[in-house]
Amino acid sequence: MRRLLAVAAVVLLAPGAAAAAPSGSGLYAENCLSCHGPGGSGTARGPRLRGVGAIAADFYLRTGYMPLLSPGDQPTRRRSPFTARQIDALVAYVASLGKGLPVPRPHPERGSIPVGLRLFTEHCAGCHQVVGEGGYVTGARVPPLEQASATQIAEAVRIGPYLMPRFPRTQISDRQLDSLVAYVQWAKHPDDRGGWAIGHIGPVPEGLVAWLLAGTALVAVCVVIGKRNEA
Amino acid sequence: MIRSTVRFLDERSGGAPFLRKALRYVFPDHWSFLLGEVALYAFVVLVGTGIYLTLFFDPSTATTHYHGEYQPLHGLEMTHAYRSVVDISFKVKAGLLIRQTHHWAADVFVVAIVLHLLRIFFTGAFRKPRDLTYYLGLTMLALALLEGYLGYSLADDLLSGMGLAIGYSVLMSVPFVGANLAELVWGGPFPGTPAFWSRMYVAHVFLFPLLIATLLGAHLLLVAARHHTQFRGPRKTERKVVGVPTFPGQTPRSLGLMSAVTAVLFLLGGLVQINPIWLWGPYHVASGTNGAQPDWYLGWLIGALRLVPGFDVTIGHYTLVPNPFWGGALFPLVVFGFLWAFPWLERRFTGDHAFHNLLDRPRDAPWRTAIGAALFTWVALIFLAGSADRVFVTFFVSYGWQILFFRIAVWVVPVVVLLVTRRVCLELQASERVERERELAEEEARRAAAPEPVR
Ligand code: HEC
Ligand code: HEC
Repeated sequence: MRRLLAVAAVVLLAPGAAAAAPSGSGLYAENCLSCHGPGGSGTARGPRLRGVGAIAADFYLRTGYMPLLSPGDQPTRRRSPFTARQIDALVAYVASLGKGLPVPRPHPERGSIPVGLRLFTEHCAGCHQVVGEGGYVTGARVPPLEQASATQIAEAVRIGPYLMPRFPRTQISDRQLDSLVAYVQWAKHPDDRGGWAIGHIGPVPEGLVAWLLAGTALVAVCVVIGKRNEA
Repeated sequence: MIRSTVRFLDERSGGAPFLRKALRYVFPDHWSFLLGEVALYAFVVLVGTGIYLTLFFDPSTATTHYHGEYQPLHGLEMTHAYRSVVDISFKVKAGLLIRQTHHWAADVFVVAIVLHLLRIFFTGAFRKPRDLTYYLGLTMLALALLEGYLGYSLADDLLSGMGLAIGYSVLMSVPFVGANLAELVWGGPFPGTPAFWSRMYVAHVFLFPLLIATLLGAHLLLVAARHHTQFRGPRKTERKVVGVPTFPGQTPRSLGLMSAVTAVLFLLGGLVQINPIWLWGPYHVASGTNGAQPDWYLGWLIGALRLVPGFDVTIGHYTLVPNPFWGGALFPLVVFGFLWAFPWLERRFTGDHAFHNLLDRPRDAPWRTAIGAALFTWVALIFLAGSADRVFVTFFVSYGWQILFFRIAVWVVPVVVLLVTRRVCLELQASERVERERELAEEEARRAAAPEPVR
């Protein structure tokens, strides 16, 4: 929805950009060349893009990871400065630089959530936390997964952005990937029971509730009950 | 009818004089004296809900495949222990309510003990003749932490499995005897033998509750035998307690408090999710999740494990003291050891060996208050460091900087707190003195100005 609005805004505000088909190589020269070098040959500031394929370009651009603001940073999710059509053009351009994987088409509806949970615990939870709430690993902030789309989940698994390892087909088959995607999608709004879910990360917010809610309430009760009955 | 029943009981037990005394026992009149009672009632709720849970929990590590109510776990391999907790949550009547209430009660039990401890410490209530009562209280706190850890571990979900793995590595890290101790407790290398589960179970539902209940009984008997302390005030002396009698004064208060504690715990149990083990999934050795944390009251140990720089004490190839020892074992021993030693230390340094039935206000004992505040700050900072990873993910504050900050702050801030607190106490005392002198002087002036009243 948010993306739609953004696109709509750009379309309304810049009719020129929407009318002319954006040029991939032009956008690349303007926004990416300084780090990735001419023709994706790579520089000290950014890796080679020949052969990373549409899959990597699609993921890095639609998550807003690229263009990176400063070369040393970990890419983080933000709103992309490009329109959807500009992204299409850039993806096509990067894909044309060398052979690489196309954008995957996962089918979460064919997957199974329990199988996905098992795979996720085995391969991903050590970094992403079992319900996909993210965490810290040496050298990186592991992002929560609540904003990743089905395609982006599949892409991330295959390309392994930043410190994340790459999981090729030999390790996670396409069928397993469907289950994995189904699980991650489900975990965004898991089957909650037992009342107010305080973040699905367990003890840290639980401790806050124990102290701030229960502790305060009970001390207040003590103060009220213990008040001297001046009679 | 009632009269004859009472007479029947009295003639056979001779209990009337005792009862009369108990009913006239005097409770001091300040809200902070009720904090211990909150802990007591949380314990009652724990036992009550715990008994219900034992009716359905199955402490077996034999594995099964789940085919119950909850779809997202269908077909997964898990132990009966985990399966039975999932069933308690989804199948047993009121199971989830009771389970969550039990868990909240455990969390709140420790909160109440800590608040109670703070009151006792900062008012000097631990002094002779109540130091024994204080030792019992501290021991119960330590037992409560272990008991909570056991309960958390029994469910055999992903988090509890990781908690046990950490516990195992901490026990292993004890110099010289660690490996043997761990072997003894777990019955073999991690994750241990099925016997380990029955040991945990017996300890959790029988040994520890019995121990806590026994100590609690002794604690309360000692309180009653030595009477409560009280704050200074008119008519209150070292020899005379002023307050409300058990009946009719204190009884309704206590009943009210008991209802309130029970209500808060059941409200939390019904309305706020705690430890959703069905989301964590079953534990398998070598699987794990990021940011696995134990319950809040063990967070200070996680913080300490994170803050201690990574080093092992080795002699040649032999690791004498593996790293987890410092944060996981030595740190809590130091904190508890210091609290245990404090009444003795204070007697040593102040030379005060007298009986004390009147409490100090925190400002009356600047050193004690300052030391207590510093110790509390120290533990609290280390505790906060335990959630640095969540702060990083949520607020983008660099993890490395946070750890660096805490590594320095845990040594600097307590010292600052120590000095500032002492200063504040002294200033408060001084301002009171000035106030009193002014009042005296004003009184004097008024008396000098006013003519002698004619009688
Ligand atoms: C070694 C730790 C690690 C493992 C294991 C790992 N990831 Fe990641 N993952 C990361 C990091 C770090 C990022 C952020 C990458 C970046 O910022 O460029 C990430 C990013 C992602 C993203 C994009 C998130 C977003 O919205 O920005 C997805 C989706 C994802 N991972 C899914 C998975 C799945 C599924 C698995 C298991 C098959 C997995 N990851 C395993 C560390 C890991
Ligand atoms: C400030 C320098 C910088 C700019 C500008 C930049 N990038 Fe990058 N890019 C990087 C760095 C550094 C990485 C490696 C990050 C990582 O490993 O996640 C990267 C990684 C990538 C990757 C993934 C490469 C792989 O091996 O999978 C793609 C695709 C990419 N960038 C595309 C682009 C595009 C398209 C643009 C222009 C819109 C762009 N980048 C702008 C620095 C930059």
